[in-house]
Amino acid sequence: MLGKTAGGLYWMFRSLERAENTARLVEAGFRIALTRSTNAEAEWKSVIVTSAARAAYEAKYQHYDSESVVHFLLQDADNPSSVLSVIKSARDNARLVRTALTTEVWTSVNETWMVLTKLLGAPIPQTELPAALATIRAQSAVVRGALHGTMLRNDIYDFCRLGTFIERMDSTARIIDVKYYSLLPAPSFVGSRLDNVQWETILRSVSAHRSFRWAVEDDFNAPAITNFLILDGRMPRSLRFCASKIVENLGYLGMNDDTPKPSLEMAERLSGRLKDRDVASIFEEGLHEFLLSVIEENAKIGQQIEQDYRFNS
Amino acid sequence: MIKNMKFFDEMQSESGHRDPYDAYGSWFAGQDNARLASKSQEAEAFFRRSGITFNVYGQSDAEERLIPFDLVPRILSNREWTKLSKGIDQRVRAINAFLHDIYNRQEILRAGVVPIELIAQNEAFLPQMIGFSPPGDVYTHIVGTDIVRTGQDDFYVLEDNARTPSGVSYMLENRETMLQMFPELFSKIKVQPVGDYPKSLRRSLAACAPSSCQGRPCVAVLTPGIHNSAYYEHSFLADQMGVELVEGHDLRVVDGHIAMRTTRGYKRIDVLYRRVDDDFLDPLTFNPSSMLGVPGIMDVYRAGNITIANAPGTGIADDKAIYSYIPDIIEFYTGERAILKNVQTFRCSEPETLAYVLDNLADLVVKEVHGSGGYGMLVGPAASKKELSDFATKLKSNAANYIAQPTLSLSTVPIFTESGLAPRHVDLRPFALVSPEGVNITPGGLTRVALTEGSLVVNSSQGGGTKDTWILED
Repeated sequence: MLGKTAGGLYWMFRSLERAENTARLVEAGFRIALTRSTNAEAEWKSVIVTSAARAAYEAKYQHYDSESVVHFLLQDADNPSSVLSVIKSARDNARLVRTALTTEVWTSVNETWMVLTKLLGAPIPQTELPAALATIRAQSAVVRGALHGTMLRNDIYDFCRLGTFIERMDSTARIIDVKYYSLLPAPSFVGSRLDNVQWETILRSVSAHRSFRWAVEDDFNAPAITNFLILDGRMPRSLRFCASKIVENLGYLGMNDDTPKPSLEMAERLSGRLKDRDVASIFEEGLHEFLLSVIEENAKIGQQIEQDYRFNS
Repeated sequence: MIKNMKFFDEMQSESGHRDPYDAYGSWFAGQDNARLASKSQEAEAFFRRSGITFNVYGQSDAEERLIPFDLVPRILSNREWTKLSKGIDQRVRAINAFLHDIYNRQEILRAGVVPIELIAQNEAFLPQMIGFSPPGDVYTHIVGTDIVRTGQDDFYVLEDNARTPSGVSYMLENRETMLQMFPELFSKIKVQPVGDYPKSLRRSLAACAPSSCQGRPCVAVLTPGIHNSAYYEHSFLADQMGVELVEGHDLRVVDGHIAMRTTRGYKRIDVLYRRVDDDFLDPLTFNPSSMLGVPGIMDVYRAGNITIANAPGTGIADDKAIYSYIPDIIEFYTGERAILKNVQTFRCSEPETLAYVLDNLADLVVKEVHGSGGYGMLVGPAASKKELSDFATKLKSNAANYIAQPTLSLSTVPIFTESGLAPRHVDLRPFALVSPEGVNITPGGLTRVALTEGSLVVNSSQGGGTKDTWILED
């Protein structure tokens, strides 16, 4: 496979994952803003910080109000991470790698781009926002379904999956990090109103407010949620899950290598840090420091994959 | 609109349907217009969903456009096709012989059949190709001959398109669409298949691999990238042939060969089907600012280590002044008369001819010698007084840049409209593949149709559409 094609597949699926994550963040923020109006400004700010878009946002807007944030994250063509922008980039990459995709995957991405460009090209009144977010998520599901249902499990598939999980690991780590202060195990906070709101946002941001209750027979509390989002191997957005998938896909790609590629070794190290440990040791290490190092390691793995598989040179 | 001209309609004659349209005509008579209208919309949605779109140059809102598809097929009998394909075969053989000659011994120039100035001062003539024979002596691996019809037995070649003809993906997608929309038609009417084209293309390209190539030749398609207007076709052809679609920055010279950067290192390419113009092919040899090509590819080419399809320097055969000599070129190399007629062509470089052209501008079609895509041409009978006088000024200031032709009364084939069938002008571009194994012409081609009533310009960039083209079995 061409290095360029591998890169196109990887970035196509990073973009698609980012679109979905952004839609989910907006959904969680919107819900909190509706139900707890006093904290709306702070809530929207944390959404922007989580998207790593604070500087770009503040260059354009002065206040963190619902209308501006939603527009910026979903529709703003000047924001390279807005859903509109990343869907265009996903589709451009899909055109670039057209020969590596099944007709079903190509058509689903192209259709997603057509549907979302139309949807996000016009103003979205607040009453229509839930429906618009549902459409974004539904379109993502269609692409994912086409990928799983029609693509050969070969190196093409591996690069798609690597893009998905590198992006997802980054997103989940950022979500926890932005809220880390509410996850610090300070017994005096537990059960306070603020804490419950923050925890709910975190879980909604990763579509896990239901699965948390199924999987964890425990009340909302800091160690349980932290454990669930970082260490639970059953949770498809947890750091551990993402890391093990990255190792798995790099492993398939390197099956015939005599010596493992650096990216695989790095991913194995990161995955090792997330296995066989308990959440208390993470708190001891310092949650914020731990998350920063995961984000950094993950980014390095991404860059190493680009080099190992010759995306650009 | 052009008045007072009579046109040959390929479907309807005074006494009813012409033979090739007999079965289709009776099928159509039994169809419901509303159903066909909804089929037509279905087709459009299918094209959009599949991304069968193109970008129009010079339009700032980079919106992608569809080439409109008309659901009434253009039908030719096998007898009509046999004559056409023999004519095309003869023409492409002569053009290949001509190209080899002018880049080597130049016998046709010495014999005075083609004036030497036409070659020596021509931008499309590449001195870098002199004294070099491409692998298998093939210059025009893929040719898309533009043919127009004016009567029952009157077919003319309008352009040879020996350089980089596009549109073959539409030939294939249009058939695919028709098969999906009207499967019953194909069980009633025996139409020769076109679907083998990608396989034939791959085989034909592989057969042109350099003689030093061992094992199965590695073929790749070179595209300028996703912003090129024909990108869809480039990716379609690579996909259908099962070969890589590469851009200039994927390639480099490795150990005297062209190689592409894969996830496991550089892999050698033997045949490059390039959809990048000569000028952009090699910044070391041609346009130094080109980012689309491969630095050093011409050295690899001249060392015989890669096949470039079509060969650099082939564009000289598309020159519209050279075109006017093609009947002589055919006679010179084959000893036969041309099977397909040329359109009478006035070379504006000749002073007396220029005077005639200026006097008769309102009746003529005037084209730039290097032009393509319907840009920069004048259709006299459809032009306003002001357009005519503006064009006359341009023409006088650079006469050698133009040729003129009589306005042809192009045949019509009906298109489907909400109010029924309506005749529109068409042309035809069949595709020929050339290799040392021979010339392979797919039975069919791209029929382009001018959708505006009375218009004679069929180019997609000028609002033309396409039709599926049927060559009937005997």
